[in-house]
Amino acid sequence: MQGPRASIFLERQTYRRRRLIDWIKFLPVLGFVLWMIPLLWDTGGDDTVSTGAALIYIFLIWFLLVLASYVSARSLKTALDRRDQAMSQVTDEQP
Amino acid sequence: MGKRVLLIEDEPNIIEAISFILSRDGWDVATHSNGHDAMEAVRVRHPDVVILDVMLPGRSGYDILNEIRADAETQTLPVLMLTARGQVKDREMAEEAGASMFMTKPFSNADVLNAVKELVA
Amino acid sequence: MSSLNLLIAVCLIYVAFLFGIAFAAERATLRGKATWLNLPLVYTLSLSVYCTAWTFYGAVGYAARSGLEYLTIYIGPSLALFGWWWLLRKMVRIGRSQRITSIADMISSRYGKSNTVAIGVTILAVIGTTPYIALQLQSVTTSFAVFSGATSEQGQLSATALWVAAGLACFTILFGTRNLDANERHYGVVTAIAVEAIVKLFALLAVGVFVVWGIADGPSDILARIEQSEFANWEIQGGRWAGLIFLSAAAVLCLPRMFQVMVVENENEDHLRTASWAFPAYLMIMSLFVVPIAVVGLDLLPQGSNPDLFVLTLPLATGNEGLAMLSFLGGFSSATSMVIVAAIALSTMVSNHIVMPIWLSATGGARASISGDVRGVVLLSRRVSIAVVLLLGYVYYRLSGGGTALASIGLISFAGVAQFLPVLLGGIYWRGATRNGALAGLTVGFVLWAYCLLLPSFGADVLLSSNLLENGPLGIGWLRPQSLFGISGMDPLIHAIFWSILLNALAFFFVSLVTFPSPLERLQGAQFVNIFEHSSQAPSWTGGVAKSEDLMIMAQRILGAREAQVLFAEQAKKQGVQGLLPEPDPAFLFVLERELSGSVGAATAHAMIGQIAGGASVSVQDLMAVANETAQIMEHSSQLEAKSEELERTARQLRRANDKLLRVSEQKDAFLSQVSHELRTPMTSVRAFSEILRDSEKLTEAEKSRYGGIIHDEAVRLTRLLDDLLDLNVLENGQVSLNTQTAELSAVLSSSVKTALSGAEQPLDVALPDTGPIMLETDVDRLSQVFINVVRNAQKYCDAAAPSLEILVHDDDTELLIDFIDNGSGIPEASQDVIFDKFARVNPQRAGGAGLGLAICREIMHRLGGDISYLPGQGGTAFRVSVPQRRRMAAQ
Repeated sequence: MQGPRASIFLERQTYRRRRLIDWIKFLPVLGFVLWMIPLLWDTGGDDTVSTGAALIYIFLIWFLLVLASYVSARSLKTALDRRDQAMSQVTDEQP
Repeated sequence: MGKRVLLIEDEPNIIEAISFILSRDGWDVATHSNGHDAMEAVRVRHPDVVILDVMLPGRSGYDILNEIRADAETQTLPVLMLTARGQVKDREMAEEAGASMFMTKPFSNADVLNAVKELVA
Repeated sequence: MSSLNLLIAVCLIYVAFLFGIAFAAERATLRGKATWLNLPLVYTLSLSVYCTAWTFYGAVGYAARSGLEYLTIYIGPSLALFGWWWLLRKMVRIGRSQRITSIADMISSRYGKSNTVAIGVTILAVIGTTPYIALQLQSVTTSFAVFSGATSEQGQLSATALWVAAGLACFTILFGTRNLDANERHYGVVTAIAVEAIVKLFALLAVGVFVVWGIADGPSDILARIEQSEFANWEIQGGRWAGLIFLSAAAVLCLPRMFQVMVVENENEDHLRTASWAFPAYLMIMSLFVVPIAVVGLDLLPQGSNPDLFVLTLPLATGNEGLAMLSFLGGFSSATSMVIVAAIALSTMVSNHIVMPIWLSATGGARASISGDVRGVVLLSRRVSIAVVLLLGYVYYRLSGGGTALASIGLISFAGVAQFLPVLLGGIYWRGATRNGALAGLTVGFVLWAYCLLLPSFGADVLLSSNLLENGPLGIGWLRPQSLFGISGMDPLIHAIFWSILLNALAFFFVSLVTFPSPLERLQGAQFVNIFEHSSQAPSWTGGVAKSEDLMIMAQRILGAREAQVLFAEQAKKQGVQGLLPEPDPAFLFVLERELSGSVGAATAHAMIGQIAGGASVSVQDLMAVANETAQIMEHSSQLEAKSEELERTARQLRRANDKLLRVSEQKDAFLSQVSHELRTPMTSVRAFSEILRDSEKLTEAEKSRYGGIIHDEAVRLTRLLDDLLDLNVLENGQVSLNTQTAELSAVLSSSVKTALSGAEQPLDVALPDTGPIMLETDVDRLSQVFINVVRNAQKYCDAAAPSLEILVHDDDTELLIDFIDNGSGIPEASQDVIFDKFARVNPQRAGGAGLGLAICREIMHRLGGDISYLPGQGGTAFRVSVPQRRRMAAQ
């Protein structure tokens, strides 16, 4: 009877936490795909993406990924703390 | 003189019955009542037909039949086999050993007589 | 010269400052006051050993030569950190719970704690890292030379490099081997590295800001300059872009120094969560000003200047001595932090996996490992190893002449350590990976790496002849080092990475498929792959010291509770210890190991005891997990054994029952056949004569009556047969109810004889015994039936000329024996056994009955508690009937 699954009201939070972890797992894949996009650019001909623009694009992706990772890490900590709290409550209720 | 029948059988009453039936019809019936020297009797008496019981003291009817069939002199001798056991297995064994005809006891007198006649004909 | 003195002074002050920080950190840790050390920020900054002098100086050079490609080196690790949930989290958890001390330890531990694997990984790590250390030495000496003016004579540089190497060795030895902690963590060093991380970041940012806003007119000007420079012509190469991102991501996982700071020095798993965004951010900032510095450097500095030193030469050229000094310190920090951590990581591997095993086997192993001096030996071997690693770096630096561009050495080194990746990933995610597979993969990977990348990198005719490079070994074209299997046109680096990693992974996979892992390997594999199931909470570093009680619990699970308790009690008594728990001394451990090896095999037992007694890299919980698993397996197999025994028993019973049924069935067939024969024979006579009587008119009266008599006799015979059969059936089925009466023996005998002989055709002279009055208490009717049968047999079958039968009675306390002996020829010995069987007739010609008489007699006597048997050696046929005497009734 122990554990977060014991109480129904935690179910939704468990679900959110799992999706958050899914998102964290997806981040590197997203980053890889975005950083591979420069390969599709035509850098040889006239109508090209300039090196400066490429540089800005790559660093922009970098910045956004760091931001996303930061927010996810913070949310994960909150979610895990909430779970631990809930678990200790559930445990406390059991004599 | 009629044809000679050799009856090899160990039950006295059956010997008497078959002898009576065949003699009455004019057959020359010789009898022999054990398995040991049945083959001797066959050789000595030169029967035209042999009536052979399966369960004989000393030696089984099948053995005797096998020997009859193995001997060139008696190879084609007609043999009517009689058995009191009447199982399918017995009939098969008789046929395998080379019986010309097979009858299960008890039989009707007419059947025996007809069978003997048929075998000699 | 003054600037050189100043430089040396600054260096010494800086190093002293680092010493102070490291020392303070160590002291604070000892006092337990170092809570600030426990910050995720320190962990993240320590990861910056990834950014070496190669980054600090080399990245600008790389950008100047190859455009934006330098970014791949920082994008790869960023992706690896963003994907921390996939791999790093698992690696750190395994590292903590298995008490991993290095990447070699991690890999060998997964593959059954195989020291062969550990030695292989260690050697390869040393080969892969030595050029990198040389690179750091080179960068420090070159920057020294640049800073101090044009005194770049070779001798001077070498001397500088030697001084730097020696200084770093001292620092590393001082803080890297101060204490011999089981968990191999170095708070002082980590703190110093964190500080260095800040210094190099700050220095590079300062130079960057100076370049962008001091020399150029801000970002837009930089962008404009980019468009005007060679950068504008830069073309992205897809293969190199993707390949180098992969390579650097692999390197950040596999580099010994990265493994050291990321896994071994990890204080708290939670820090990884912070590092997952903070370290990519650090890398981003580090690489932010690389392109501006490169562009401005190319613009400003004269043609032919070494772009690897732009970070230093730009401030110098513009007269900013202070900034140049800061920049120099940044480069110095980068180099020293890398060398220190790499030396610690390598020395741990060399000492643990090469020096210690040799030393242990040389000094007689087990005995020495228990005494205290092992500690000193380990520390000494660590210190010597650090010195040797740095010496190797120095020697490599001297040999290579310091000419090669920094970036290429770095990439070759990356490709070397990336060979660990398949084995590492396979070990963490695939239980089927085996030691032999790992050895095969590593061997193939490193041979190809050396052949395709390392050896050709020295240039033609240095280590590989130009002929071999051009035409392949022995002229075999498809073995050319830079176009294997005839695939040419690939970038040499990508070519080498592609083939080495691919064939490495394939060899690892296929050899793993066909080989079988040892028990320890399988247990370790399960522990690694299912690490999150084994430990829901990260185990603490301090709570793993095994005590006798732990050994007891483990032993109970393997040997069984009673056996283990008896063993422990015996040993405790031997040691003279009160209670049931002996001290875990060598003798006891030896005995315990021997006992355990009987149950779980020698290797596992040795490992278990070794780990628990050595207090080394397996926690007690893990041992319990192993013990539980073993106990379950053993219980399961003993259950199976019991079951199969039971099945075997059942099968035997079934076979016996089947045999019996077959025999019964055969007996039944034979019986039916007999009954059929016995019935048909009289029926034949009856039918034949009744037909004769019916059909023949010319029968004499004598004949008629004779034939009628035969029919009558045969009918009687049939009736008797049926009676006998029914009687026998009743007797055999035990349905007979005995009617116990009291009678006098001689009376019973005489009446039986009378009955038997009435109507007999042949005479029989019967001699009745002259006994005293003997009282019988039995079923008198049934006993009479037996007597009648025996007398009738004598009457029928006795072949003497004057048949006679003598009846004798023997009387003793327990039974009454009545013998019936005739004067005939007796029964042949061969037939004596069968006369009591149903339908058995010794002489059928003279048979009157069906051959059931004696069978019935025997059944009756058994019912009455007595017996009837043939009595041989009496001259004639003799039967003995024995009747039990329940009570002595004689002589009233």
